Amino acid sequence: MFDGGKIIAGIIVFVGLMTFPFWYNVGQAAYKTPELQLPPKDVATQCVESAEWMRAEHMQLLDNWRDWVVRDGNRVYTSKQSGAHFEMSLQKSCMKCHTSKEQFCDKCHTAAAVAPYCWDCHIAPKEEK
Amino acid sequence: MLEYALKGDKKYWMWVGFLGLLICIGAYSYLQQFQQGLVLTNLSRDVSWGFYIAQLTYLVGVAASGVMLVLPYYLHDYKKFGNLVVFGEFMAIGAIVMCLLFVIVDLGQPLRLMNLIMNPTPNSVLFWDAMVLNGYMGLNIVVGWASLEAQKKGVPYAKWVKVLAILSVPFAFSIHTVTAFLYAGIPGRHFWLTAILAARFLASAFCAGPAIMLLALFAMEKTTKFELGKDAVQMLARIIAYAMVFNVFFFFLELFTAFYSNIPGHMHSIVYLFSGLDGYNAMVPYFWAAAFMALLSLALLIPSTTRKCKPVLIFALIILIAATWIDKGMGLVVAGFIPNMFEGVTEYMPSSTELLISMGIYAIGALIVTVLWKIAVSVKKEAAA
Amino acid sequence: MKTNRRHFLKVAGVTAMGLAAGAGTAAASYLPHYDHVAPNHDHLTAGRWGMVIDTRKFHHKEDFLPLVEACHKYHNVPTIPGNQEIKWLWTDSFHHSFPNKHNEFLEEKMHHQDFLLLCNHCKNPPCVRVCPTQATYKRADGIVIMDMHRCIGCRFCMAGCPYGSRSFNFQDPRPFIAEQNTDYPTRTKGVVEKCNFCAERLAEGKLPACVEASEGKLIFGDLNNPESEIRHILAENYTIRRKPDLGTEPSVFYII
Repeated sequence: MFDGGKIIAGIIVFVGLMTFPFWYNVGQAAYKTPELQLPPKDVATQCVESAEWMRAEHMQLLDNWRDWVVRDGNRVYTSKQSGAHFEMSLQKSCMKCHTSKEQFCDKCHTAAAVAPYCWDCHIAPKEEK
Repeated sequence: MLEYALKGDKKYWMWVGFLGLLICIGAYSYLQQFQQGLVLTNLSRDVSWGFYIAQLTYLVGVAASGVMLVLPYYLHDYKKFGNLVVFGEFMAIGAIVMCLLFVIVDLGQPLRLMNLIMNPTPNSVLFWDAMVLNGYMGLNIVVGWASLEAQKKGVPYAKWVKVLAILSVPFAFSIHTVTAFLYAGIPGRHFWLTAILAARFLASAFCAGPAIMLLALFAMEKTTKFELGKDAVQMLARIIAYAMVFNVFFFFLELFTAFYSNIPGHMHSIVYLFSGLDGYNAMVPYFWAAAFMALLSLALLIPSTTRKCKPVLIFALIILIAATWIDKGMGLVVAGFIPNMFEGVTEYMPSSTELLISMGIYAIGALIVTVLWKIAVSVKKEAAA
Repeated sequence: MKTNRRHFLKVAGVTAMGLAAGAGTAAASYLPHYDHVAPNHDHLTAGRWGMVIDTRKFHHKEDFLPLVEACHKYHNVPTIPGNQEIKWLWTDSFHHSFPNKHNEFLEEKMHHQDFLLLCNHCKNPPCVRVCPTQATYKRADGIVIMDMHRCIGCRFCMAGCPYGSRSFNFQDPRPFIAEQNTDYPTRTKGVVEKCNFCAERLAEGKLPACVEASEGKLIFGDLNNPESEIRHILAENYTIRRKPDLGTEPSVFYII
């Protein structure tokens, strides 16, 4: 009378769909943090901030940088760690040391399934094959 | 009440399925535009808005027209609209959803849409347009739904429903006024830079919107055997006739100002529409047809003998909709960009992608109105039985 | 009873204030430290940047080429054929450039001469007024500039600009850029772009690319400084601006 069968079938389909990601990933390799690769020692030994801080905060840093540069006209960043000055520029600063987008950006972003649109406009360095 | 939308006869489901098919075609076209960009449109550096924004403009008017039922019913207690007013409110919901979709498909970076909310900019009319459109949609959803639910339960609607309904009146005026301000405040675009633009928009909205609604109501009357009421229909037809008189009159005001002053900038766009400029004349046949249909619709709507004859009324409404659509859904936006900022002419006609996506959006609007009206009719029939 | 409650409220209020103050100092130590940022020390500044174009010094169409090329190469401006093109710096005839300066009997050479066109960096920019996301804004130094990260591509600014200075990326521009300047970004599809008075070069102490390439035919400087070279040139020469009747107050002047 209350369509019990339909309701239960509906609930089963709903639960099945909601838990699909878990079913789909059963038997696949667990997530592994991609191995960090540093720029060659002769290129750079020190980033604008510490490696740990950059790993956690680089997206926030880049987000701030673009506002400070584009909107405020401030282009020089003083490192909180070393007090050294850096030009806030993805193309002219970051990628001069981190010369490979594949190694320094894509590796983690692909593993973490994030797709920032930086490179739709900013020009990545030519990959050396 | 939503369950009423799931109970229909074969014809209902065929109609819904047909709309679904159109929506799929539109969605597929939009996917292509999303991936490749607006290069698939015929827009250009000179004519940077086109069919999408023109449909937005036209449909804002359709949405605002719901007020032509709400105002007499809630404010003047015109009881004969009591049976129809919810249809007006529900049609407004469909129209606004279409408006918002037309804005979104027009964006170059639709995924950044929320920048509008995250960086609210009170000096931009587009910001206010988004605010009033969403506000008006919310009001119509709440008022329409609540009054219908009251009818279902067989009780009069609550007091707050009336308060919100009356609040929706200034909102309806504001959505079309603000949409006119999108154009009317821009220096250098003479065709749009006219103080009477908002008034013209409202006049054309209050004839075209109720005309579309009346045709849809006739179709519904035929398919569902739901009685509209003769007096209500005639009242609505009279409102349409008066609004169209104002619409045509306001356009003549534009013609006078432009041509008596003899200022080239004010004349160029109008000349382009009616006789072409520098040999470009894509719009000319449409605009003469629109002018002819507008006057003919007036000739048929003003005398009560022709207006009261249903086949003639239907014909008059169809040509009225065609005339106002050519004026506002095609000419207004395009002619604003002609001549361009260098006194050159770049013409524009929508591409197949633009037409298919627009068709999909119109189908979404029709589906929303179909479902909502189906619910309303079912409730009203049950309440009457 | 009454006094009791009042007393309670008093005590509670004082306690709450004390707690809030304590929490405030505690929270402050968790806040990120102030980021120290500054402009380049050799950046060029002005109260209002402006440009004078000495049209007497341009004789042939070829005279404009080095300027346009310098600009478009530097800023990765694509060369797209047809009416969906992108232009930062370009040329057009007298009638097209100054449409409200119709003269029935115009000096003959004006019929053949071209004029350099670019964003006017208006004092009252309509494009800034209409932008719903503040993607286009006016800087303190008068430059009307775009934040490409924020543009949603609504193209309201293109309708708003009375000078046709804005271009929209109808498609991905990269296939149309012959040679990329890796010091400057390209744009993505779906955003509007225009001349930025080389804000990125001014920040490095350099003049705009077109001014540098013009070899003195363009004068760039501070309109707000009465002692500047540009103000002296404006004081000594008859100049016109595009569509002055619209009240936008362009910062680009033409010596005729």
